[in-house]
Amino acid sequence: MSSIVTRVRQKQIAQSIAKGKRLDGRSLTDYREIKLEQGTIERAEGSARVLLGKTEVLAGTKIETGQPFPDTPDEGVLTVNAELVPLASSTFEPGPPDENSIELARIVDRGIRESKAINLEKLCIEPGKNVFVVFVDVYVLNHDGNLIDASALAAVAALLNTKMPNYEIEEGQLKIKPGHTPLPIGKHPITVTCAKIDDRLIVDPWLEEEQVMDSRLSIAIDDEDNICALQKGGTGYFTPQQIMETAKIAKEKAGELREKLGW
Amino acid sequence: MNQKPEKLIDKKGLRLDGRKPEDLRPIKVDVGVLSNADGSAYVEQGKNKILAAVYGPKELHPKHLSLPDRMVLRCRYHMAPFSVQERKSPAPSRREVELSKVIRESLEPAIFLEYYPRTGIDIFIEVLQADGGTRCASITAASLAIADAGIPMRDLVVGCAAGKVDDTVVLDLMDTEDKIGVADVPVALMPNLDVVTLLQMDGILTLEEFEKAVNLAMEGCKKIYALQKEALKTKYMTVKEVEE
Repeated sequence: MSSIVTRVRQKQIAQSIAKGKRLDGRSLTDYREIKLEQGTIERAEGSARVLLGKTEVLAGTKIETGQPFPDTPDEGVLTVNAELVPLASSTFEPGPPDENSIELARIVDRGIRESKAINLEKLCIEPGKNVFVVFVDVYVLNHDGNLIDASALAAVAALLNTKMPNYEIEEGQLKIKPGHTPLPIGKHPITVTCAKIDDRLIVDPWLEEEQVMDSRLSIAIDDEDNICALQKGGTGYFTPQQIMETAKIAKEKAGELREKLGW
Repeated sequence: MNQKPEKLIDKKGLRLDGRKPEDLRPIKVDVGVLSNADGSAYVEQGKNKILAAVYGPKELHPKHLSLPDRMVLRCRYHMAPFSVQERKSPAPSRREVELSKVIRESLEPAIFLEYYPRTGIDIFIEVLQADGGTRCASITAASLAIADAGIPMRDLVVGCAAGKVDDTVVLDLMDTEDKIGVADVPVALMPNLDVVTLLQMDGILTLEEFEKAVNLAMEGCKKIYALQKEALKTKYMTVKEVEE
């Protein structure tokens, strides 16, 4: 996934982290500057653009009607997809989604689904027959590390910005009426990723740090400080103590972001 | 369709299949079950039936994928169409692609990859029957298959899940508990080094419940680890020397 970072650089990064400071001047638990803009794409039902340092992610939502899943006949459907667009990095290639983009989409999906961010029961039109299907498409526009947190943020922000069409049932036929209502959102999950480099934990790894990290742990936290989704990635390991430390950092960081965003 | 049971844990504190919260399902482990593979293993955990095979170390194809300083690990987790209630399309689903990746990443820390530069191993995992917790049982099987192939390892990797059903933190969730329970926390452990190589979660847990679940899953891993070692010993104790 990564381009080659010289061993010298790797050593530099690790040495700097050992002193409690990162090469870009951040402390170990600082996020980069976060910019959030909603409603970027007028044609989409909802959209949001997130800048996390130089990492840039655009998320757009579309709403269609369709059939519910047989095991949840009275619930709407949520579909999350992620595209690692080739223009975002020299390491991204055109073609069908690879394991990295599928993993990214599924991490974002799990955060939204498990926290019950969308009240899917309110998206039911006719149980078992017709429901609203919400598509969230995450578009990575510039890759400078920590795509997970940026994508999760963009996806929730896009959902908060999503307009649902008004409708009525006339003689068994679905009719779309003019006007719209906001999508029923109950929770605002926030995903926090920590990377482990030389047995130290850092928040929001940027690209060079991701290239030298042993492993990462991404934790989604809901409005009540519960953990609602979690994913370890990378080829290293975590000790049980490091896992609990990461969970505590994630809880704290999610709280800070929540305050900043007003979620 | 099957009806949702009201309660997953009865008044006596027993689960749907009569287990206590901290009980594992019955587990059967076999090593060296396939003659063509360099290493193989078969694991049954409850109704899960999982077969894992390892081919290699061998020259990689396509060659440009090989690395000058280490071996490349490739892993395919796949479910048979008949392994679940509704037929599953044999084409790899997004879930299978993700699980292949996290299983590979859970096994990689255990292998001395640098001993075999410019080579690769293929790990094939087939879920013949699924009953919840297949990724964990797959890791248990795959690490045995790697050991059976004679590839040097730092430790065996063993997988086990814990989670929350109703209000209780329980070990080794079966399918129904996984689907309608509150949360599921699959864990893979290298027990000798006491490090976690796979950790995922879905559902809602407080920080305290999460810690309890991770610890319970690690306890489960250690119990299965004993069975893994036993299975390896059993195979190599019964190998007879061939007289020339």
